[in-house]
This record gives sequence, structure tokens and C-alpha cells, in this order.
Amino acid sequence: MTRFGQVFRRGPWEGAATLVIAAGVIMLMQPFSLAFYGWSFATTLAGTVLFLVASHFPDVPSGGGGDRG
Amino acid sequence: MTETSSLPFLSVGTAAEAPSQFAGRLRGLSDRAMAWLFIAPTILLLLAINVFPLLWTIELSFTNYRANRPNAPLRWVGFDNYASILSDSDVWYAMQATAHFVVWTITLQVLLGFGLALLINRRFRGHGFWTTVILLPMMLSPAVVGNFWTFLFQPQTGLFNTAIAFVTGSDPSSFQMIGDVGLAPWSIILVDTWMWTPYVMLICLAGLRSIPDDIYEAAEIDRASAWRRFWSITLPMVLPFLMLAVLFRGIENFKMFDMVNLLTSGGPGSTTEVASITLKREAFEKWRTGYSSAFAIILFVTVFGLANIYVKALNKVKQR
Repeated sequence: MTRFGQVFRRGPWEGAATLVIAAGVIMLMQPFSLAFYGWSFATTLAGTVLFLVASHFPDVPSGGGGDRG
Repeated sequence: MTETSSLPFLSVGTAAEAPSQFAGRLRGLSDRAMAWLFIAPTILLLLAINVFPLLWTIELSFTNYRANRPNAPLRWVGFDNYASILSDSDVWYAMQATAHFVVWTITLQVLLGFGLALLINRRFRGHGFWTTVILLPMMLSPAVVGNFWTFLFQPQTGLFNTAIAFVTGSDPSSFQMIGDVGLAPWSIILVDTWMWTPYVMLICLAGLRSIPDDIYEAAEIDRASAWRRFWSITLPMVLPFLMLAVLFRGIENFKMFDMVNLLTSGGPGSTTEVASITLKREAFEKWRTGYSSAFAIILFVTVFGLANIYVKALNKVKQR
């Protein structure tokens, strides 16, 4: 198991990306703050890119087999 | 001598050689090359109709291009279009109108669709007939639905107004569903719910039919109440199907255009101006092609991000 595989695991990073995307979509459609609306696209885009990158991380490690990083 | 071989430039020998040469060349190809040869036309078609327009839209979103002035000098404006959209309060209101539409339609469609699926799943006498009747609205074109609901919502002669007036005892022309600022957003929610609840019902029905009977039999032996069976068996096992329905309807309604355009065209004022209507106005009424391309990319990224979340959630529920 390399250090890369220990840090960059798919599950937690995909979860983080999901939260960022959800925050971006809520910011885009909320009726409270124009400033939040202004940052919504950057947030959604960052979350989507993070999700795409994270989906290529190795899955939950199982011995040496899960280490593809 | 045959008639064909009498032609000076086409002999039987030449015609027979051509396919054999081609076949010989094909035989020389590896399996991988052969596979690429067969899928190449499809890939080229997809590139032409999907990837190329997307890349072109991305490029246009960084320019001041106007489709009604194709010969005007093109200027690179960087992120100005994106900055304008993301600081424009009119677009912000359009996103809020979209949120109102998406949240209410999905809530109503899931509740009604799931309820109808539970009823239809009971296999009463004539349930096949009623299933067909319930499914009819979703088989119609959104353009047709938009048009005939416009007639149904007519204040003086519309069937909807007459029915409401009959129930409440008020005058049919005392309210306008698509002409009133307060009622117009609910009129598009009502029509979309009427049209697409059967779709949610169909997916839920597939989920309910996939639950094995022996699970319910085991629960009955354990003397589980109907309420307990619903919460512990029915709902968890239908949940992946429900999430699939929410995914499809959420994405479809986020980019809803045709039905809203036919019913209200975004009016009265801009009360029902959802994101796609604003996009159409910017692109084909104000002819701000670069600006509307940037808006389209923002909507695309949002839908793409949402799809990622739902697919991930769906996979999680499936693994459980």
C-alpha cells in the first residue's frame, strides 16, 4: 500500500466532492444571497472536477490488491 | 459473352476481383483493428453531434459572438460572460423559479407516483385497464399537453376553471391559472405533475414487483404490522427505483422548456421564467450568443454534477 493509496481513497474523496456539488447547486438556487449565487458555478465546477478525479482513485484497500495508485 | 463483359470499362473479372481484394485486406486486420473499424462510424457521428457542439459552445462562451451578426469581429472576453451571468439578478430569479418548479414537481410526483404504485400493485379487478388509463398522460407529447392545458385553463370556457367553480361555487372567470402572478407557477407544476406522475408510478411499480413474496410471508409469520412491513421491507427495497425516478425527473425538470414555453412562455412578467426560457430569450430574442453559451455551460455543469451525486447514491443503495 503506497502513501498515495492511503490518502487518496475513492470513498471519502467522492463523498467530499458530493458535498461540494450539493453546496454549489444549493448556492445556485437559494433565494437569500447574491454573493452565494455568484460563487455557485465555481463551487459546482470544483466539486464536479473533484468527483471525476476521485472516481479514478483506488477503491477501499483490501490487502495489497486494492493498491492501484 | 455476357452483356456486362461487353462493356469496354467493366468486365466480370474486375467486378469479381474488387470484393476479394477487400476481403483479403480485412482478413489481414487484427481483431482490435476490426473492432475499431466497425465502431468508427458511430464514434464519428457522436463526435459530430455531441462533442463538437459542446466544445464549440465552450469556445463561444468566452467571446462576444452574436448569431445575428456572423460577420461582426469576434472578441475574446475571457470570463466576462460568466461574471455577468453570476451577478445578474434576473438570472438569479430565473434560477429560483426553476428551483421552485423542480422541488415541488419532484415532491408531488414522488408522493403521488408511489401512492398510485402501491394501489395498482394490489391487483384488483381491472387493474390492467386502470394502469393503462393512468399511463396515458406520459404518452402524449409535451407540446400537445401544453396546448390543451392552455385551453383547459381558459377563464371563461376552460374545463379546469369550470370544475373548480363547480366545487367552490365561485365564478369560473374569477381566477386565471396562467394569467395570475400567484397561480401561474402552480399551473406549470400542476401540468407537469399530471403528465409525469405516471412515469414515477411505473418505476415504483417495477420496484414493488421486484420484491420477493417470501420476505412479506416471513414478516407475517413474525407478526409484523402493515406499517412495519412498509417501513422495513417495501420502502427500503423500492428506494433505489425511487432515486432513479428522482434523478430522471430532477434533470428533466431542471432543463424543462417546451411545456412551460407553450403554457406561459415564462409569464406573466417573468414569474414562470425558468432557466431554459431565460436561455432561449438571451440566445434567440436578444441574440447574445456568447452570453447564452456561458449560461448553457453553467446549466450543463450543474446537471452533470447532480447526475454524479444521484448515480453515487444509487450505487450505494444498491450495494446495501
